[in-house]
Parts: sequence; C-alpha cells; structure tokens
Amino acid sequence: MNGAAILERLRARLGASVVETHDQHGDHTAVIERTALPAALGLCRDDSDLGFDVLMDLTAVDYQKYPGREDGPRFEVVYHLYSLRWNHRVRIKARVDEDDAVVPTAVPLWPIADWLEREVWDMFGVRFEGHPDLRRLLMYEEFVGHPLRKDYPINRRQPLIGPQI
Amino acid sequence: MGVGSFFTSRLDEAIGWARKYSIFQYPFVTACCGMEYMATACSHYDVDRFGAGLPRFSPRQADVLFVVGTISHKMAPVLKRIYEQMTEPKWVVAFGVCTCTGGFYDNYATVQGIDTIIPVDVYIPGCPPRPESVIDGLMKLQDKIAVGAQRY
Amino acid sequence: MAETTRREIMLGEGSGTGTGQNLTVGLGPAHPAMHGIIRIVAELDGEIIREADVEIGYLHRAFEKDCEVGGWNNAIPYTDRLNYVSPLINNFAYANAVEKLLGIDVTERCKYIRTIMSEISRVCDHLTCIGASAMELGAFTVFLYMIKAREFLWELVEDVTGARLTISYGRVGGVRADLPEGFEAKVRAAFKQTREVLDEVHRLLTGNRIFMDRMVGVGALSREDTIAYAITGPLLRAVGVGYDVRRASPHWAYDRVEFEIPTQKDGDNYSRYLVRMAEMEQSMRIAEQALAAIPGGPINVDFEGRPIDPAAYVDQGKQGKTEGLLLVPITLSPNLEGQNRKALERVTAHDKRVVLPPKETAYGSIEGLMNHFMLIMEGYGIRPPQGEAYFASEGANGELGFYVVSDGGDRPYRVRCRPPCLPPMAALHRMIKDEMIADLVPTFGSVNMIGGELDR
Repeated sequence: MNGAAILERLRARLGASVVETHDQHGDHTAVIERTALPAALGLCRDDSDLGFDVLMDLTAVDYQKYPGREDGPRFEVVYHLYSLRWNHRVRIKARVDEDDAVVPTAVPLWPIADWLEREVWDMFGVRFEGHPDLRRLLMYEEFVGHPLRKDYPINRRQPLIGPQI
Repeated sequence: MGVGSFFTSRLDEAIGWARKYSIFQYPFVTACCGMEYMATACSHYDVDRFGAGLPRFSPRQADVLFVVGTISHKMAPVLKRIYEQMTEPKWVVAFGVCTCTGGFYDNYATVQGIDTIIPVDVYIPGCPPRPESVIDGLMKLQDKIAVGAQRY
Repeated sequence: MAETTRREIMLGEGSGTGTGQNLTVGLGPAHPAMHGIIRIVAELDGEIIREADVEIGYLHRAFEKDCEVGGWNNAIPYTDRLNYVSPLINNFAYANAVEKLLGIDVTERCKYIRTIMSEISRVCDHLTCIGASAMELGAFTVFLYMIKAREFLWELVEDVTGARLTISYGRVGGVRADLPEGFEAKVRAAFKQTREVLDEVHRLLTGNRIFMDRMVGVGALSREDTIAYAITGPLLRAVGVGYDVRRASPHWAYDRVEFEIPTQKDGDNYSRYLVRMAEMEQSMRIAEQALAAIPGGPINVDFEGRPIDPAAYVDQGKQGKTEGLLLVPITLSPNLEGQNRKALERVTAHDKRVVLPPKETAYGSIEGLMNHFMLIMEGYGIRPPQGEAYFASEGANGELGFYVVSDGGDRPYRVRCRPPCLPPMAALHRMIKDEMIADLVPTFGSVNMIGGELDR
C-alpha cells in the first residue's frame, strides 16, 4: 500500500474522526480526534493491509509559539508507525489543549509506549489516560515543571545539591 | 631546624614519590569522555606507564576520582556520595569540559562544573580531551601529589 | 513428579518457592560492571532476578531543548554527543532530516562520503560494544585488541574531520570538507588491520567455552516481544528479522553497494554478538565498494594561478581590491584538507540558502561575504519552510530517526531524536527476568546502551 492508500483506508474506516491529512515531504500524516485514537491505532496495527506492527516513535510538540497556532490546541502528540511486513510508514497525530492535556494510552497495543508516554509526560506534561505507571522517565521526582514546554526557560535549574543557580 | 623535621620532610618526599606512581583511580564514567578514557587506558596510549593503569571500581579502594563526562543534576548527589566514600588522601580530576564548567550544556539539566559540588585538583579541558592532554593532566596531578604535604 | 524449578536447580531439591524472602537490591547508577549510568532496582530471590525496574535519565542533558536555541546547523555538535561512539551517523541523519524539510538534494560525492564515514563509524561502535562487554566477562585481551583496532579507524576519522570523537562533520546540505588525499589507501590499510583484529577475536571468543557459557541462551527475548518493543538494529536481526533501514528505505549510496544483512534466530546475547561481528565485515565491505565507486575522483589541488599568501589575499579583499580574485584558485583554510572552493563544490549542495560559501569566496567577494553573513547572522540563517519531516537512518543500535518541525524561522522549532537504544532498555527488565544476577552484566552489555542517546 502506498501512503495515499493508507490515508484513504484510514478515512474510510474512521470517517469524521480523521481531522486532516497531508503528505508533506513524502511523510503521510493523519490528524485524528483524540477520542478516536485507540480505534485508529488499533486499526493501524490489526488491519492486515496496514499491518503497522512497530510503534517507531511517540513524541509531542508544543505549538504555543508556532506562528499562526498560538490560540489553537497547544500540544500535538505524534506517533510514527512502521510496518515490518509491508515496509511502509505513517504518522498519526492528535491535538490536545493545555488545560485538558490527556490522551488515551497506547500501552495495551505496544508495550514500548510505556516508556515513550512516560517521557512525553515528563517533558511536556501531557497525561496518558490508562497508563499503568505514569511517572517521570528522564528527570528526577523533585523536578517541577515540564522542560520541553516552550514556556520553560532553558536555564531554569533545579539542583538537588550544591548552589541554587 | 632540628633533625626530626629534616627526617620528616625527606620522608614526605619519599612518600610523595611513591604515591605519585601508584595512582589507583576510580573512573566515574558517565558520557562521551569515557570513550577517550578507554583510549587512554588501553595499549595505544598506555596510562600504565604513569602508574595509573589499574582502575579500582570501588571508591573505598581508590585515591583519585576521575570524573569523566557530563554530570546532570540527577547524577550530582551520586557523585558527591562517591566522593565522600573515598578515603583520604584523595584527589579529584575533572575530565572534559562538561565537568570543568558544564561546557556547551548551559541548560536546566546540567551541573555547571563539578567544583560546585566537590573540590577539584586538576582540570582537563577538551570536548573530549585527547589522550595526550589527559596524560598531561595526569602528570600535573602527579606533581601535585609529590610536592604536597603527605598525611599518613 | 513436579517439574524441577530453576530455583531447585540452583539451590537443591526442596528449596521451596522462596516466596516472601525476596531481597531488593539497587544496582547503579555508578556500578563497577556496567559501562553506563542506569539504575536497576532488582528484586532478588537468591541470585535470581524476579522483578526489575530500570531507571534512566542520569545523563539527560537537554539535547532537544538545546537544539531549539541555535540555528539549524548549530544543532550538529549536539548530535555528535547523542551516540558518541558513532557520531558521524547522527550528524548525517540529522542533516538529512533538515534537507528533507528544505527539499534539497546533496551531491553524489557527498552521498558516498556519508556512506563511507557512516560505515567506519558503525565498525567503531560495534568494536566498542563487543570489547567492553567482553571485558566485563573477563576477556580483557579482547578489549585491548578492539580498542587498538578502533584507534586505527579513529585515525581515519581524524584525517577526514579533524577530530577523533566529536567530529561535527556533517552540515545541512553536505559535509564540512572533502576527503583528504590518499584516503582510500589509508582506509584499506586500516581495514586490513581491523580484519586481523576481528580474526583474532573470533578465535579468542566465538568458540570459547567460558564465553559461550555466559552468552548462549542468556538474555533472550522472543521475536514477538522484540517487535512489540520496537527494537531495531542488531537486537532485531538477532531474532531473525532482517530489517535494516539501509535496505528498507535506501538513502545515500546504500542502493548502489552490495551487502548482506546478517541475522541469527535465537535472540540471545550470543546471537547479538554474532550479528555484530558479521555486521562489521559487511560495513567494511560497503565502505570499500563506495570508495571504489566514489565519483569526482581525487581532488586536484594544483594551483595554476599566482601563488598568493592567504593573509595578503585577505588584506586585498579588505581594501576592496576584489576584481578577479574569485578567479584565483587559492586555498585559505590550511587547517582542514578539502575545504577549498573546488572541494566544497563537490561535496555540498549548490544552494545558497543553505550552504556556507567556501572561505575564499567569503573573503574575496562581496557576494560571498553577504552570503556568509546571511547564513550566520541571527535572524537570518537557514530558513526551511513551515512543516515537519521524519528521516531515519540505520544507526549502530538500530533505527536512528530525526523528526524535525520548522516554523519557517532560522532555528529549529522542535528536534526529536528517536533513540535506537531506548527500546531495548525499555525491554531490559524482560530480558533479565528470571535469570541470574550475574547474567545481567552480559545482557546489559549486549544491549549496548549509550547514555547520550538514551537520555539525550
């Protein structure tokens, strides 16, 4: 299946849950409603023609300071899927607001989502509903805030010991 | 100057000479500099020529702490604990620019120089330092060990 | 008769189930037998690990945040320090992701250089991985031999890039300099020595009883688990899946060279060792083929024009006497071979929006100077159009992906690195479950955890 056919299949099966699609630079992307995310990811994994058996990457982007998107949903959670069987890729995205930054978890589908979702929670403060153990992955427990958010200053240090600079 | 102090100073010198050629190091390897540490320790550059060939992987058996690589704020308490576990006399070498000043990691995660946490005797800059400069730093440390007052 | 449990094999018949006697032990972050800083909280029943929780992040140094501060090319030195054992692959993968965003293509010669240097880097990485994990099992000789071989390869890297380890050689739109003269002969000599070392290591380790006892059947992960944990690279090939980004989505010159993808089927530490050993040979094969086929030939540094002292040349430029100077073939950058105008034209994309002009042009003509300024000054620089792109290359530990987002500005809006060694670390607790605590060490070694890449 080529990228366009993958997007077509997603649109056919998910209907209005597919908010928009594009294929910038050859990366086929579908933006999905947050509530339809488990169904969409499940479809991607289990549909034999799609066959996305690998969750290559899961990350997020903070669009707070992106020109033209300051008012829109602040975060985008980005899934990069790959199919070992068919050797094709797709990118799935879901948009969430800052005051309701919750996304359904993907841990039941792919166990690797466990750590990747913990990292997104750590770095962006996006919570994953249904995650078995959502704690920080990279930073320490005492750390306050989410460093990859655009409003976190890069040099705001929170030392555990030593001078407080 | 009495006879006693003459003997003490000569004894100090002798102990300093012995100590500088029997450096048991604890490599606290965290990051990229560890690759150059490996290169220095192996046969090509052969740090054994300076009597520092045997790393001890227990802080209690080591007398020089090599802090090799970036120290993050999450790692800082561990480093301090290890330093405190070492017995006197002890020296610290800051290996690489991240340990000296934080290097180009001027951000929320990185300690801006380990001397904000523990005392440092020799700084070896470089990102990472070449084995030649590591050996240079090691020789500076040897000088420092040899001339300092010896506690025994 | 009840089946003999592993506990009974270890402790003798009638040793019970051990319930309620488990001991929780914290290993790390500074542990003598592990070349990396992670913390494993293991629940031990005797010497058997029943549960383990792996904690990472001790080397988190804000790679992704740092990238957002400077221009697009300023992120290159940070990418060096992701996987610091094979930094060249990181450089090129990041540069290619940005090139994808910009929609530009690099020159053929540059593609070959990227291929060659990536493969040399991969050999270095595998040498370090196998050497260090063999040392932890007591095979110190192997470690010394492999570091010796790595030293030969690092000399090659130094010849090309000017540095041994943190090389910052990749550039958006090309590479920093062309290959030096006589490089091919040096590569052949270094590969010959490396092959000798590999041969010695094969004889020392591959059939070694002690080594096999520690490695065969230890740390195994099933094929299904490996895929579910998104593990790629040597660990995936060790369970029999021949996935390799170089073959699955060929980039650079990988579709023009012949190579095999070595696989094993058991998925244990020994299979991973065999895969890595075989891959090193394949990498050298790729580099040799690419060197033989590299277009552009040797760089002719024969100056036909007047020999001018570089300092005098700059002075003339400052006085405004720039007419005709562009035509003078002179090199101004003696610190790194292959940075003169001719060489850079071969290895960088011909796109003024992206690639810095060669130093002669920057010093010798007002256009070149302006071009240089436009790329360097804050607020100008490389400005990819708004959008996002994901590019994956085969890192030494698996798929190394860069996901870059641009807001149309001169600095990255977001750079995400898909770290190849995070998935195996996430699955580490599955590999070491119900195994002896001593087997943790070879398993951890076979994962080849690289802190810079794992924690970023």
